[in-house]
Amino acid sequence: MKDLNETNNPYCDDKVIDACSIFGMMNTTGERFSGECVIRAIANMHVRGNGLGGGFAIYGIYPEYAGCYAFHIMYLSREGKSEVEDFLKDRFRFMTAEEVPTRRTQKIVNPPLVWRYFLEVDQQKCNGQPQDDYVMDRVMEINTRIKDAFVFSSGKDMAVFKGVGYPEEIAEYFCLEEYEGYLWTAHGRFPTNTPGWWGGAHPFSILDWTVVHNGEISSYGINRRYLEGFGYHCTMQTDTEVIAYAVDLLVRKHGLPMEIVAKILAPPFWDDIERCPEDEQKLFRTLRQVYGSLLLNGPFTVIIANHGEMIGFTDRIRLRPLTAGVKDSVLYLSSEESAIRLICPDLDQAWIPMGGEPVVGSLERPIVSKGVTIAERNEAPC
Amino acid sequence: MKVKSYLPPKFIVERNPDRCIQCQVCVNQCSFDVHYYDAEDDEVRSHEENCVGCHRCVVFCPTNALTIRKNPLDYRENYNWRPEVIEDITKQAETGGVLLTGMGNDKGYRIYWDHLVINASQVTNPSIDPLREPMELITYLGRKPDRLELDHNSLSLKTELAPQVKIEVPVMFSAMSYGAVSLNVQKSLARAATEAGTLWNTGEGGLHHSLYEYADNTIVQVASGRFGVHSRYLNAARIIEIKIGQGAKPGIGGHLPGEKVSADVAATRTIPQGTDALSPAPQHDIYSIEDLAQLIHALKEATNYTKPVAVKIAAVHNSAAIAIGMVRAGADIIVLDGFRGATGAAPKVIRDNVGIPIELALASVDSRLRQEGIRSQASIVISGGIRSSGDVVKAIALGADAIYIGTAALVALGCTLCQQCHTGKCAWGICTTNPFLTKRINPDIGTRRLTNLLRSWSLEIKDILGGMGINAVESLRGNRLHLRGIGLTKTELEILGVKMAGN
Ligand code: SF4
Ligand code: SF4
Repeated sequence: MKDLNETNNPYCDDKVIDACSIFGMMNTTGERFSGECVIRAIANMHVRGNGLGGGFAIYGIYPEYAGCYAFHIMYLSREGKSEVEDFLKDRFRFMTAEEVPTRRTQKIVNPPLVWRYFLEVDQQKCNGQPQDDYVMDRVMEINTRIKDAFVFSSGKDMAVFKGVGYPEEIAEYFCLEEYEGYLWTAHGRFPTNTPGWWGGAHPFSILDWTVVHNGEISSYGINRRYLEGFGYHCTMQTDTEVIAYAVDLLVRKHGLPMEIVAKILAPPFWDDIERCPEDEQKLFRTLRQVYGSLLLNGPFTVIIANHGEMIGFTDRIRLRPLTAGVKDSVLYLSSEESAIRLICPDLDQAWIPMGGEPVVGSLERPIVSKGVTIAERNEAPC
Repeated sequence: MKVKSYLPPKFIVERNPDRCIQCQVCVNQCSFDVHYYDAEDDEVRSHEENCVGCHRCVVFCPTNALTIRKNPLDYRENYNWRPEVIEDITKQAETGGVLLTGMGNDKGYRIYWDHLVINASQVTNPSIDPLREPMELITYLGRKPDRLELDHNSLSLKTELAPQVKIEVPVMFSAMSYGAVSLNVQKSLARAATEAGTLWNTGEGGLHHSLYEYADNTIVQVASGRFGVHSRYLNAARIIEIKIGQGAKPGIGGHLPGEKVSADVAATRTIPQGTDALSPAPQHDIYSIEDLAQLIHALKEATNYTKPVAVKIAAVHNSAAIAIGMVRAGADIIVLDGFRGATGAAPKVIRDNVGIPIELALASVDSRLRQEGIRSQASIVISGGIRSSGDVVKAIALGADAIYIGTAALVALGCTLCQQCHTGKCAWGICTTNPFLTKRINPDIGTRRLTNLLRSWSLEIKDILGGMGINAVESLRGNRLHLRGIGLTKTELEILGVKMAGN
């Protein structure tokens, strides 16, 4: 059994501590666009990182394989690769396998091998388990059991590209300007207690979920213990991992909508709840009573993405920055407004969301901005 | 024939003749008959052998003429045969009875709170200033479901929660029955709990009719003697607590002597005046876990499922396994009382030798409930020797939802831990039903002293939370990464689930 902890957090600190730049851009009509502007935007926040991690998530990237699980896997050795491929062949139906195209650059030294696989699940093999659960278990298996291999992403029609370097260097290395997607998130990292390790860069991903995160979660200890009770094993001792699992639990397993999830991770204060209309009071109170152990405390900004949805919010008292911008049907989320203005100088709207208040971009609904109550949301045309 | 006792005085009473004005305040204040006035010599003198070191006279002497100091009792040094051991044997030789005592275990067992230190934020994570930012201590006690179901369109709740009880501070007053403490003490506790938005606990002696107005902040106890348990009592309460055991005397019942059962106590306990109130050691309808389940459900039926039912046990060796059974039997709150928990009266040998430290019991119960996946089904409340807001924070980080204080509350009312609660002579008017003494507690002042205590603790808890960069108590609960151990063995660290400091 390999210990990802060792790799990711070799000094076994409570958690990986890092600060960062984050950026997200989504066309809510679903129209795909190239990563060129996203790369320029995140590069504009160069000084928020220290070159020990950069990464991107792209949704709508592989329309030709939309029904397949797209596995992006990093290898540190040939043996790791052959072992993983044997494992995958045994557990899945192989559609395609290829090396992820890269270009040689000066900045990226000693890159690992990165391959992608388009896989289908054989219904018989999952023994009645839902496909997603089956895939998630296999990802955990590769990550924890097979030496020299780590799964970057495993969702459908989405992909994560990440590594050690500044984000713009990673983008250059993986030729990201050549890809298109309708939703991009990006991350530049400043870790304090972890050596550069390609698997440790953001976005962190499980199935279709990706998380880019700037912050340190002081509730990590209890968030992690709570999730362990639901069978999630935090193998990397990072707080970002905890966010991804929390979202997976709440949305996929408990069937809660994303804006409710934001109210669990960054709930309103009790005093503010008291001031809500009666039914909202009851809802928010109950959410806190039941899911209090998932409240994320401490300074953070996070952008969580999934198919058709991007959501950004900060901790309840906004100890880390987040700016939102809208131009026509495009939603921008960024650590700094300058990064948005650089690629879109004439925004229709730009604002700093209140602490804990989610900004949601969705293919199904118009962009929800600034403090919309649930009643208003229910009235809004879909 | 009165035989000379071999027990030497424990304390020396020093009266400074230059200061003493023979006012006889001490004569009136001392309920242990130490001071007396010799009219012939116009001098106040002392029967030192009676002094228990409660310092009531010292505080009330208007000229500060009194000093109470320990009688050195320099027997020949012997680590095994310490003065306490010698005197216990002497007492038994003179009385032939079980030695009784009050308060909690006073022995030098390791106090784990003193080996745990708390984290704070630096650089990577800003600390939060509780004077400028909200800092939330509100806690809800009661059973929670593992998940919520929502109607996706209206976002309304499909899941109904079991009854939840809100407390503004995670600190409550633990069970102290009428009879063991005076009505004025209970009145002070009830009013302070009401003002501070927390709860007090009737103990097993029923709820005095004058205290029904504080019912909304009251936990009523159902113990083995079933004193004062009736439908009105149960339905008045916020929470019903079944008392199986008590940290100061696990496995032992209670005995309120007939002299203390005044007309008022008798009416509240629904027993005849002047009769001994005997609480059997076990509850005679609970000989196993399924019996407990029946009682829990009977109480829920009786109150139409409107109140959480708590079950209180003494922290003993198999607490974790027992607690799991309690949760599965339907307990919404489990109360663990450690061996430093106090009592109005207990056999000394039990108080000093039975039970385990609350820190270890709490850590193992919280961990085990999580392993079993049932931690959210019950709140955990702990008690037994909690001395400060620091202890409270450490307890919450180990996994407690709320903390009961008993001794600390009595200290706020004047108690100095003289451990004479079983004598009924408490000079501070706390642990007695003697009307001459009980009037020493003024409920107005008592209420203020108790609310002050809760206020200072909650301000301190907020300071500590802010320092950790946490602004809601639920992010501390069970968050053991914010604790580190000092001077503990590997096994102790493992049980507590904390890392060594520096690690
Ligand atoms: S009041 Fe207390 S300290 Fe003073 S003499 Fe009496 S027993 Fe001793
Ligand atoms: S309650 Fe009274 S008798 Fe008991 S320890 Fe405190 S001061 Fe002494």
